[in-house]
Amino acid sequence: MTTRQIRLTVNGQERTVEVEPRWLLADVLRERLGLTGTHLGCEHGVCGACTVLLDGRPVRSCLLLAVQADGHAVTTVEGLAQDGALSPVQEGFRQEHGLQCGFCTPGFLITATYLLEQNPQPTREEIREALSGNLCRCTGYQNIVNAVEWAARKLAEQNSAKP
Amino acid sequence: MKPPAFEYYCPETLDEALGLLAQYGAEAKVLAGGQSLMPMLNMRLSHPGVVIDINRLPDLNRVTVEGTSLQVGALVRHAELEHSALAATHCPILPAAERLVAHLAIRQRGTVVGSLVHADPAAELPLVWLTLGGELEVRSTRGSRTIAPEAFYLGYFMTDLAPDELAVAVRFERPAAGHGWAIEEFARRSGDFALCAAAAVVEWDAARGVVQGVRLGLGGVGGAPVRLDQAVAPLVGAVPEAELVREVARGVGQYLDPPDDLHASRAFRLHLAEVLSERALRAAVRRAQAKEVQGA
Ligand SMILES: Cc1cc2nc3c(=O)[nH]c(=O)nc-3n(C[C@H](O)[C@H](O)[C@H](O)COP(=O)(O)OP(=O)(O)OC[C@H]3O[C@@H](n4cnc5c(N)ncnc54)[C@H](O)[C@@H]3O)c2cc1C
Ligand code: FES
Ligand code: FES
Repeated sequence: MTTRQIRLTVNGQERTVEVEPRWLLADVLRERLGLTGTHLGCEHGVCGACTVLLDGRPVRSCLLLAVQADGHAVTTVEGLAQDGALSPVQEGFRQEHGLQCGFCTPGFLITATYLLEQNPQPTREEIREALSGNLCRCTGYQNIVNAVEWAARKLAEQNSAKP
Repeated sequence: MKPPAFEYYCPETLDEALGLLAQYGAEAKVLAGGQSLMPMLNMRLSHPGVVIDINRLPDLNRVTVEGTSLQVGALVRHAELEHSALAATHCPILPAAERLVAHLAIRQRGTVVGSLVHADPAAELPLVWLTLGGELEVRSTRGSRTIAPEAFYLGYFMTDLAPDELAVAVRFERPAAGHGWAIEEFARRSGDFALCAAAAVVEWDAARGVVQGVRLGLGGVGGAPVRLDQAVAPLVGAVPEAELVREVARGVGQYLDPPDDLHASRAFRLHLAEVLSERALRAAVRRAQAKEVQGA
């Protein structure tokens, strides 16, 4: 099979990879770039575990060919922490016990990060709606919603503390 | 699973894309948002020899007003129409319908035109397109043509689009200013395809306090969305009393032939069709009347 070279920015770093056109972005992230934080649950868009940011917007990396990401920026769960410190959304999941087995967590973290960028003070209803495309088999979702609320409060505090 | 091997093209001009479609025809699949095609490739339900990715084509990502229509280019994503100020002003039913399409991440990538062309019988946008009226603009190396929704949908996932044709834009007819609208659906979970959906548009004669024009469409009740012009005819020129609206909604079943499948029985779908028709018509009337009060 003919391969082609693609260049993409992953978590701020420029990467060059040789890919077959049929390879999914999720598989290239996991198998070629060693970023196994992006999980594959269903491979048809339903579970949300593979959600990453493409140019800042959440997309299913199981429904995107890696060649389609050529020239674009991808953020995976590995890119959320800054200088070794958990992001507010990650910290919220930790504080509020927003995960059990953790399989679904990367997708929830990415989706919630985008939600709070767009809508820094969401209602519980809005959080549920935004996360309705992410499935969790363990938590029953209550603590996930709590975790996002925690992160929203944290972000508000950080912003009001800014000079 | 993973997609089967295919030859991949990513044309950068429309002519190049049409040339590839002319060359490969039925062997090729157009890749737009991929939110329907990629699952089919992953599950190997589809084995195209060639995939033609249209995501790098220029000028197809715009929402514009063209005369009496709202025009949406083939690369406009669901989320873009959902948040489009032009759509909110001229066809407010469209952003409302978009909020019912799939989930946040799917809407960032899936396209409006892709949804129309994919022709899932339960999809929201084909229903709204049929209800509003309009046309799809289609190109091939043979020329260009437009297709109305009534002629476009031929049955379950079947359309009038030829294998060498590319849909470049859709036009939705803008209802008169001050119209009322509503879309109501029943789905098992938020973001799922609807078991049944109803869309209604009401044009209001404020001077006489009667319905001037009304359109009702239903989705999920057969191979393609249906418009119930005959069923709603008694509302035209009438005062839309609750009783009359209910009677009209109860009458939609005689025009429908919904399937029995593992998601819902025929009887349940007929029940949903009546209930959702009533809700949509009432909500559309309410909106039309509220606008009259505001003088909008
Ligand atoms: C989990 C999940 C839930 C979903 N829920 C809903 C829902 O509730 N309601 C709903 O309506 N949809 C839903 N969808 C589908 C979604 O709306 C898709 O975006 C849409 O059906 C297809 O658009 P696309 O741009 O992704 O098309 P693609 O997947 O790229 O293509 C779909 C088909 O259309 C053809 N095609 C696409 N664009 C063109 C064009 N311009 N010219 C010619 N042919 C073209 C392709 O060749 C292919 O056959 C869901 C999808 C997923 C994965
Ligand atoms: S693996 Fe992509 S949505 Fe489930
Ligand atoms: S924590 Fe186990 S699936 Fe969500």
